[in-house]
Parts: sequence; structure tokens; C-alpha cells
Amino acid sequence: MNTCDPLISGGSAPADTKRHIIDWLKVVVTAGLLAGLVFAGGAELGYNWQWYRVPRYLYSVSEGHLVAGPLLRGLMVTLQVSGVSLLLSSLIGLVTAICRLSGSFTARVVARAYLELIRNTPLLVQLFFIYFVFSPLVGLSRFASAVLALSLFEGAYASEIIRAGILAVPRGQWEAAESIGLGRYRIYRHVVLPQALRHMTPPLVSQAVSLIKDSALVSTIAIYDLTMKGQEIIAETYLVFELWFTIAAIYLMLTLSLSLITRMMEKRLAMAT
Amino acid sequence: MKIATRLFRIIFLSALVFSIAGAPGALAADTQDSVVEQVIQSGVLRVGMSTFVPWAMKDKTGKLIGFEIDVATRLAKDMGVKVEFVPTKWSGIIPALLTGKFDVIIGGMGILPSRNLKVNFTDPYDFTGMSMVASKKMADGMMGLEAFNQPGIIIAARLGSTAVTATKKYLPKAEIRMFDDEAQAYQEVLNGRVHAVVGSAPTPAFQAIKNPDKLFLPLQGTFTREPIGFAVRKGDVDTLNYFNNWIGYVTAEGWLKERKAYWFETRDWESQLQ
Repeated sequence: MNTCDPLISGGSAPADTKRHIIDWLKVVVTAGLLAGLVFAGGAELGYNWQWYRVPRYLYSVSEGHLVAGPLLRGLMVTLQVSGVSLLLSSLIGLVTAICRLSGSFTARVVARAYLELIRNTPLLVQLFFIYFVFSPLVGLSRFASAVLALSLFEGAYASEIIRAGILAVPRGQWEAAESIGLGRYRIYRHVVLPQALRHMTPPLVSQAVSLIKDSALVSTIAIYDLTMKGQEIIAETYLVFELWFTIAAIYLMLTLSLSLITRMMEKRLAMAT
Repeated sequence: MKIATRLFRIIFLSALVFSIAGAPGALAADTQDSVVEQVIQSGVLRVGMSTFVPWAMKDKTGKLIGFEIDVATRLAKDMGVKVEFVPTKWSGIIPALLTGKFDVIIGGMGILPSRNLKVNFTDPYDFTGMSMVASKKMADGMMGLEAFNQPGIIIAARLGSTAVTATKKYLPKAEIRMFDDEAQAYQEVLNGRVHAVVGSAPTPAFQAIKNPDKLFLPLQGTFTREPIGFAVRKGDVDTLNYFNNWIGYVTAEGWLKERKAYWFETRDWESQLQ
């Protein structure tokens, strides 16, 4: 999303506008055709579309007040799980990245082992392991199990992004910082990380988007997030396609707004320097 | 940029071609071509099911065995075709049938009015009931259905199953925690995180026998009685008629009763699992 740079085209203004309109027309027609394709498929199935039954699961109006329906309440849970996991996974990612670059052999081995273990097993398996096997031993709640599993998983990927970002900072910066007598912590804090952050932002945002999408898996341990609420309603009403499309649209809005916010922030940052 | 434009053009053109050609549907919606006809032509009966002890389970070699498996295998044999099982998550089994992923659901599906709005059911070939197994740690000494109908009580059940319907009806005050698989619901009660599991008989009783130190039966027998039927897509009279008469035929023969007794009242098949 945020790696698309705008088309730079030279030429006269009117011709440009005309081309622009034609381009957009193409987009609209294509989207229309694809949508038509989906609906044609639906019609072919003999599926009975009942879109009018969907809004009541999003919101209802009682006594002049808007009341959030089950889907929006599920969205709140998704936001909670994703929000906490985002913070925790950033922390895990940063610590792992620094461990992998540290002088201590032990720290390097432990960080590497964690990374490989997490990256090479499915998230669903990790989630089940943490919830059904690990959490009874230490008494973790369902919410905590979900957050822990998501954070460990996304943290592993985040750590690689952060490590690459740190390595992208020129060697000379380290040497300069060392020569004026800064300690390791202050080098990271004041010299390296601020510069690394700029390289890391785009891939970290796509990682955050992945995290939000992966959070749908917590529905498998009966956490009533957006996906689970949706499945619950589908089980009662059998409005299969209508609800899955609605849920997909909600996730899409969530992740697109995240990408938009970061793009705006990046622009602001670019202006500031 | 060049590549992107070209890719876009390809997508655009294929969308155009497809919409002109008409979307290829998942099923031939030809009314003269009933599901039974199609099955005979292709030589394969595709059966949707979900693993569910002792209806359908995997033995040690990974082969499917169970009451439903026997029924579906015999049905295919009588039709003179091969049987192909399509294991599907329970919560998505009706949509999978509607979109033509298989021809019929033979999976211990309870005939519910709400389900019947989306699919057609055959005559019942079996009756089942809900029973309950509780955690000694969480629900020690609680006996009878009413004891569990209280705020703060948590019941685990399989998502989209009649267990959920029954729990909402008989235990309206309890909270329901739903899992996609039966096994996860039972794991939850074994870990002492819910007070009880509601599920189709005889699984709760089996679980209590298997884990006498962790689980107990708060009530004897079942507290509901539900008819079980095959589910097929709507509007296919030929198929419905064929299956109904097949059920009548094997019932009259006494075969259904004999199979039911083997899977539900004996434990002779246990040795095939481990």
C-alpha cells in the first residue's frame, strides 16, 4: 500500500487530466466487472442473498440511541487483542533484534533459536499449544494466551525487520558515536534507532497489518473477536456470504486506515527533516 | 510500472471475457440433472462430514470409521458407485453443501427448522439426544440440569451444533463458549476451564469413562431428543425421494438398528482407535 509511489508524468495539464479520467474509468469498469463476476457466481449458485438482514448485526437503534451490534462489539475485541499484541510484539522484536546483534554468544543463540522455532511452525499450532498445553500450567487467561501467541509470532518477523533496519545504518555512525564515548544503550537510543526507524517503518506497517489479519485466528480459542462473532451469527442465521463479505470489509477498512495514518505520518516526518 | 500496466490489462481483459462468457458455476443448475443422476454418471458419491465420535472418526491407520461412515458406504454400494468423504469443519458444512463441494451431508446432522430453511432434509434415519459431562474441579457436586442454569456457569459446545441450540434453550442463564471442533470443547473441560460440555450422546459419557478423575456425569441419559437426517440442496425431489426410500429400505431390513447398536452401545470398536 504505502510503497506505491505516485506516477510522475511530464506533459501538458489538459492532456494529463484527460489521461487521468481515462485511467480512473478503467479502474471503475474493472472493479465493476469483478463485482459483477462475484454476483454472477452467486446467482449461478442459486444462493438466496439477504443483505437487508446484515445491518442489525452492526448496530441497532433503541430509544433514539445507537447501540453497537455483535459485530462492532467483536471489532472492539479485535482492536484490543491487536493493540496489546502490537505493543508487545514491537518490544519482543526490538529485544530479539538487539540480542541477535549483541556480543554475547548466549543472547545470539537464544534469539536465533526463538526466531527459527516461531518462523517455521504455523501460528494456529502455536496458539493451540499456548492455550491448551502451556497456559493451564501457569494459569494464563484466554485473552493473555491469545496476546502472547500473537506477540511471539509477529515479534519474530518484526525482529528481522528491525535488525535489517539497524544494519542499514552506516558503520561510520557507530564509530563516530563510540569515539565520543557513548555507551551501547545511548548509541542505540540517540544515534542508531532514530535513523533505523525510517527504513523500518514501511515493512513494520505491513507487519502490523498482518498482525490484525492474523488476529482472526484467536477465534479458534473462543475469543469473541470480529471473526468469532461473525461465525456465531452465521451458525444461527446461515447468512454465510453476506456476513463474510461484511467482516472482510470491516477488516479492510481497519487495515487501510492504518496504512493511511502511517503514510500521513511519514509525510510529516519527511517534512520535518 | 510497465509490468504493472500489463498485468492490469490482463486482469481487466480476463474479467471482461469471464463476464461475457458467464461465470462458470460450481454446479450444473440443470433441473433435469438431479444429484443422484450426476452421482451415477460420475461414479462417485461425495459425502460431507465432520469427525465426531462415534459417528465418524479416524482409526489408527488413518482410515475413517464410524456409524455415519457405515451408512454412507452402504448407500454408495447400493447405488453402485464409489464413496468419497469430504471432511469439513462443522461451522462451514452447510455453505460447502450449497456451493457444491459435495452431494450430501451424512454427518449426524440434527433436523432443525432454521437449518431446514437453507437445505432439504431426508426422513430421520436416527435419533440422538444431548447429554452433558462436567468438570470435577469446577462443578463438584452439581447434579441435574437446573444446577447448571445459573449466571457464572460456563458451558463449552461445538460452534454451529445443536448442542448450542439445546444449551440456549435449557440453560438460558449460563454462558456458552464455542469451539470449532468437538475435541477442543472436551479439552477445555478436561483443563478445568469450563463447568461442563454439552454434546451429542454418547460422547460425553465416553469422555467421563475415559477420565474418571477429572470428569463426571451430572445427569443420566439425554435431555433432548433430535431427529437426524441427510441434508441435500433444495429443490431436488428425485434425490430426496431416493434417499428417503433407501432409509426406509435399510430400516426395514434391520440393518440400521444393528449398526447403531454396534457403534453406540458396544465398545468393540475401541481397539481400532489405539
